Amino acid sequence: MNIVVLVKQVPDTNSERRLTDSDHTLDRASADVVLDEINERAVEEALRLQEAHGGEVTVVTMGPDSATDALRKALSMGADKAVHLSDAALHGSDAVQTARALAKVIGTVEGVDLVLAGNEATDGRMGAVPAMVAEVLGLPALTHARKVEVDGSTVRVERETDEGVAFVEAALPALVSVGEKINEPRYPSFKGIMAAKKKPVTTLGLADAGIDAAEVGLANAATTVVEAAPKPPRSGGQKVEDAGDGGVRIAEFLAAQKLI
Amino acid sequence: MSAAAPERTTARAGDLLDVDRALGDEERLIAETVRRFVGEHVLPEIEGWYERGVFPRELVPELGRLGVLGMHLTGHGCAGASAVGYGVACRELEAADSGLRSFVSVQGSLAMFPIWRYGSEEQKRRWLPGMAAGELVGCFGLTEPDSGSDPASMRTSARRDGRDWVLNGRKMWITNGGLADVAVVWARTDDGVRGFLVPRGTPGFTTRDIHRKMSMRASVTSELVLDDVRLPEDAVLPGVVGMRGPLSCLDEARFGIVWGVVGAARTCFETALSYARTREQFGRPIAGFQLTQQKLVDMAVELNKAALLAHHLGQLKDAGALTPEQISFGKLNNVREALRIARTARTVLGANGISSEYPVMRHANNLESVLTYEGTNEVHTLVLGHALTGLRAFQ
Ligand SMILES: Cc1cc2nc3c(=O)[nH]c(=O)nc-3n(C[C@H](O)[C@H](O)[C@H](O)COP(=O)(O)OP(=O)(O)OC[C@H]3O[C@@H](n4cnc5c(N)ncnc54)[C@H](O)[C@@H]3O)c2cc1C
Ligand SMILES: Cc1cc2nc3c(=O)[nH]c(=O)nc-3n(C[C@H](O)[C@H](O)[C@H](O)COP(=O)(O)OP(=O)(O)OC[C@H]3O[C@@H](n4cnc5c(N)ncnc54)[C@H](O)[C@@H]3O)c2cc1C
Repeated sequence: MNIVVLVKQVPDTNSERRLTDSDHTLDRASADVVLDEINERAVEEALRLQEAHGGEVTVVTMGPDSATDALRKALSMGADKAVHLSDAALHGSDAVQTARALAKVIGTVEGVDLVLAGNEATDGRMGAVPAMVAEVLGLPALTHARKVEVDGSTVRVERETDEGVAFVEAALPALVSVGEKINEPRYPSFKGIMAAKKKPVTTLGLADAGIDAAEVGLANAATTVVEAAPKPPRSGGQKVEDAGDGGVRIAEFLAAQKLI
Repeated sequence: MSAAAPERTTARAGDLLDVDRALGDEERLIAETVRRFVGEHVLPEIEGWYERGVFPRELVPELGRLGVLGMHLTGHGCAGASAVGYGVACRELEAADSGLRSFVSVQGSLAMFPIWRYGSEEQKRRWLPGMAAGELVGCFGLTEPDSGSDPASMRTSARRDGRDWVLNGRKMWITNGGLADVAVVWARTDDGVRGFLVPRGTPGFTTRDIHRKMSMRASVTSELVLDDVRLPEDAVLPGVVGMRGPLSCLDEARFGIVWGVVGAARTCFETALSYARTREQFGRPIAGFQLTQQKLVDMAVELNKAALLAHHLGQLKDAGALTPEQISFGKLNNVREALRIARTARTVLGANGISSEYPVMRHANNLESVLTYEGTNEVHTLVLGHALTGLRAFQ
């Protein structure tokens, strides 16, 4: 079974994250960038499926040159090869453009049975790209999976929502986006790290992937971020002085906030 | 960068000179992986292990899976990483605790290395894959109750009896001794000092852990007792005779120490920096006082110099050009400065500096061991003195 995993390099959630003043796109230069943790889980799931069913795992990213580090990390975990779509013209692409571009790149990989993605990137947080990619490719989309099983040509997923769990299935090929509870990602082993540098990484520009420059990038995006304001700093909170009734008053406060 | 959350700025403060820019992609990923591993598996527990004086044995297979054990060796299940890669791994391990790095140093550089370098094919096959995987633990027995800085004065002996060898003697202060499935024991023979592989459970071979330690508490340190231990002919390492054998192993391990203590010092420095920025006395953060800044700056300067030195020695080692004197230089400087940084950091924390809620005193205590083992401060000074003057001062 051949699996493509869509992985994104994002600013480390532990570092200070900002938008650039000029065009409100993500300021990647000022933050440490890492392979998004949700994508580590997607890679982990792909490797587990590969261990059970064979086949090849290809990781795909669209991002600046530095995104090769994210690919290398995925390769060190055990993925077989990587494709990197990198072109200055892609800067500022919105979710639809990103999905269309990724669909083109997936098309360059032979015999794809399953596309795995994270359910939401920690930077853009659109949570839309996976379903959009599925739409462009005409694949069934099974999103927010907390469990994935493949049985012959069927993929079964436990889909977690706020209301409960849905058990859904689809025929392969299909796209699955995974949630945080899916698994605990493995550490890249040092042998894996040493082996990763010998694994193939294909870098594609727009033309290589058959993407029209007039369809991507900030200038051609359907949406524009016009303004951005940082979250106000947290206020001091509310202090309860304990005069013997502290417990009761805290419980009342929590009940008033509908937290208990 | 704003002054808000200290832990968000200290990663760079600990590497002011951007020494890590010199790392390759694999080395960077190794550092990041170990850092994450210790963050998840070691830091939440280390204070408890240290106070109770236990080594987290259960982490050994995890370290094996990661590929840390014997990572700088090739073949037999070893990762074949660069010397710099091995160095950054030691640094990130020791940023958590010197005991953890000691385990890895002993396993990889003192137990696996002699088997890999001087062992027979059969010995390598028998021991190395299991040791790399963390299924088997090794130790290195050189020091004795009456033989420390002068290991050539060892009394432990091995004599031939028919085809067998019979070992007698005692080894002292042996890291991993009580855990070890195999002890690499150095003993005098008629031909000179030789290394023997002594499996756990061999009749006459017992170990006793040393419990009353004020340093390196999350590490097992033991005495090895060899009482008419009979070993087959093939228990001896065939590839080396003389003190060159154990000394070459120590050079490997010392290289890891040169890097490791940079990690311990970095943790102490970062702790002191973030503490100083938030602790207020006389109405302002103590980091604003010139005397405190002097301490912070001195710590940062020495920390970064030590990191540079480690990188430089790593590059020399990867180029096959590192000499024993240069390793002495690194061990002497980096351990001495790391200990100074730990002690200075402790003063910045005031009373909290002696609390186990902060890692500083633990690191400072551990570094007292690191100052002594693998050649004391004095011994490395005299090694360099000899290199400079051509005159031996230690005999
Ligand atoms: C502050 C901000 C606001 C934005 N607002 C909008 C907006 O309102 N409308 C809009 O259309 N765009 C918007 N964008 C742009 C959009 O977030 C990016 O174009 C992004 O590539 C797609 O959305 P996402 O990263 O949030 O993806 P999500 O849909 O949250 O990502 C889910 C998964 O899709 C896959 N994936 C996503 N991007 C990539 C990639 N580049 N390479 C490989 N796999 C990928 C990954 O598996 C990921 O885990 C915004 C960006 C920012 C930073
Ligand atoms: C936690 C821990 C773990 C250890 N693990 C191991 C291990 O795994 N394997 C192993 O074999 N050993 C191990 N050791 C032992 C360590 O290597 C020795 O303690 C070290 O070599 C010093 O020997 P010594 O303690 O006998 O001190 P001594 O040699 O007695 O030295 C005492 C003091 O005299 C000084 N001194 C000695 N000779 C001279 C001289 N010529 N000129 C000036 N000063 C001199 C020393 O520098 C020191 O300050 C460990 C020690 C510790 C504390």
